[in-house]
Amino acid sequence: MIKRVVDFFGDEEWAKQRRRLFYLALVLIVAADFLVSREHAEYVWERLPGWSAVYGFGSCVLLIFVSKFLGHRIGLMRREDYYD
Amino acid sequence: MTDFIHPALLFILGALPIPFLRGSIGKAYLLLIPTLAILAVLTMEPGSYGEARFIGQEIVIAKVDKLSIVFATVFTVMALIGTVYALHLTRTGQHVAAFIYVGSALGVVFAGDYLTLYLFWEGMAFASAYLVFAQGGDKAIRAGFRYLMVHIAGGVCLLGGVVLHRLATGSSLFGPIEGEMGVAVYLILAGFILNAAVPPLNAWLTDAYPEATVTGAVFMSAFTTKTAVYVLARAFPGTELLVWLGIAMALYGVIYAVLENDCRRLLAYHIVSQVGYMVAGVGIGTEMAVNGATSHAFAHILYKALLFMGAGAVIHVTGRRKLTELGGLYKSMPLTVTLYMVGALAISAFPFFSGFVTKSMVVAAAGQDHRALVVLALTMASSGTFLHTGLKLPYYMFFGKDQGLGAREPPGNMLVAMGMAAVLCIAIGVFPRPLYAMLPYPVDFEPYTGLHITESLGVLMFTALGFVIFLRALDPENKISLDTDWFYRKGARYFMWLAERPLARYEKAVSEVSETTALPFLHGSAREGFRIDLNGVDAVVNGVARSILGGGAALRRLQTGVVTHYVLAMIAGLIAAAVVFAVAWR
Repeated sequence: MIKRVVDFFGDEEWAKQRRRLFYLALVLIVAADFLVSREHAEYVWERLPGWSAVYGFGSCVLLIFVSKFLGHRIGLMRREDYYD
Repeated sequence: MTDFIHPALLFILGALPIPFLRGSIGKAYLLLIPTLAILAVLTMEPGSYGEARFIGQEIVIAKVDKLSIVFATVFTVMALIGTVYALHLTRTGQHVAAFIYVGSALGVVFAGDYLTLYLFWEGMAFASAYLVFAQGGDKAIRAGFRYLMVHIAGGVCLLGGVVLHRLATGSSLFGPIEGEMGVAVYLILAGFILNAAVPPLNAWLTDAYPEATVTGAVFMSAFTTKTAVYVLARAFPGTELLVWLGIAMALYGVIYAVLENDCRRLLAYHIVSQVGYMVAGVGIGTEMAVNGATSHAFAHILYKALLFMGAGAVIHVTGRRKLTELGGLYKSMPLTVTLYMVGALAISAFPFFSGFVTKSMVVAAAGQDHRALVVLALTMASSGTFLHTGLKLPYYMFFGKDQGLGAREPPGNMLVAMGMAAVLCIAIGVFPRPLYAMLPYPVDFEPYTGLHITESLGVLMFTALGFVIFLRALDPENKISLDTDWFYRKGARYFMWLAERPLARYEKAVSEVSETTALPFLHGSAREGFRIDLNGVDAVVNGVARSILGGGAALRRLQTGVVTHYVLAMIAGLIAAAVVFAVAWR
């Protein structure tokens, strides 16, 4: 059972189903976000359905690009023998 | 004392017979000690034990309350899991070091005074350093020495603070720091946050953990930083500085993790990030925030150990640790993949995994305390956590490009240990109440609300969307990234260059000048001085002395003892005085 689940995520033959399932999950999450109760929401953004999707995606992109900028432009990344 | 057995004692004394036991008896013994320790913690009653006076200090070997019990519980459980994971080792040195390490961590958790705390604190540093040295090889030995030196420096800082604190307050009991933040308090805080790996004092962690042995790193990931979180929660709840340090840590770790190629170094950066949540929670300091920090430490120890065990299993089997050299292992290691992913989902705080019920408590506490920025920063760090430990690392390690490595599942004991941690990660996520009941304050928090679930899933799954879109940008590179260890790795080298080149040359030039010019001059002038002294000064002194002697002899001759001579002299004197008087008066 475990092997089949792992193979589903690894094997190329399932790529299409995998992608469909993934996009379906995204749509369902955003749809569910419109349905949940927001009575106890603390902040303005929490009252906006779908903000977490936008924030999650934005955070991910920001982290990737800030890191790569620091690594390549500011020079944090060095050759492996830098300390030798 | 009868109803209390110190679990630190069980581990430290229990470590002594390990080298003499072999085979299945040895293995049974290794499992017996952590099991006894778990029982000792479960049956202990709150209170103070082992109060005494030592070198004029009041010491409390063990102070037991809810906060220390919850940390001790997870420490002993983790010790059992770590021991199972290391059960296949035939060389016993690592078992001994790990037991002393765990024992010292428990010693810190129960320490009622600073002296006891300090002794166990240093014990942790030395025992854990052995787990790096045991890896062998030039890189590990160097990293081990750096690790040891950083921790000794931190320990000295702590000791200085403790001594000053004792002088200022007259008490060395360990508890919440009250009153002004003076030098003493800052030194103690510096010692603590060094072990918590707060930037810029974080680089020892990401430097040493990837170099430790496969089994040693599992212990290291669990104890040092979490002991630091415990002492911070005990002594510094509500310290505003910690909120901002915590946020910095949470983001620092995820930013560096993007650049990382070494699998365990990537996980080590995520320790920095996750401990950031705990440090921020302690800094916020409300009951809910301290509960959140404590429960997150509990969950973190288990899932982080699980992640280190997963990465360790891959290293054990393939001998490789760089993501650029790994890939395509899912076919041959499906169990390892699954167990690793449980840890990854737990650290990412997916619903029904442990991170969901603990990390969210810290974030909710920040929200309740009206700290919008903290909420946003910590949510962003959650996205980064899933991006790296849940997506990037497993993708490049287990899936991705097949490197054709002849891998297999790791030894059974490793899988069992991972299974134990995985079960706990899910159990805590599904049934959080038993953990909540152990926390220092009553819990008024419900993790499973509709909004919380959709919010978390939204952040996480759209992070996954970002990962899928920017996959190529995340390809690991065969590089290392500079961290603050630069200052003592390169900085020390520059310092040595300064000492060897300019300073040594200056010293040489100075000594040459002194040898060729100054010294002969000094010798000559000394000789001349001696001659003047001998011929001039001595001659004058001797001359004066001789004259005085001569004068004395002449005077002695005047003392005839005949009265008429004296009368004559007096008359002569009177005449002379009269003459002088007459002449001078006129």
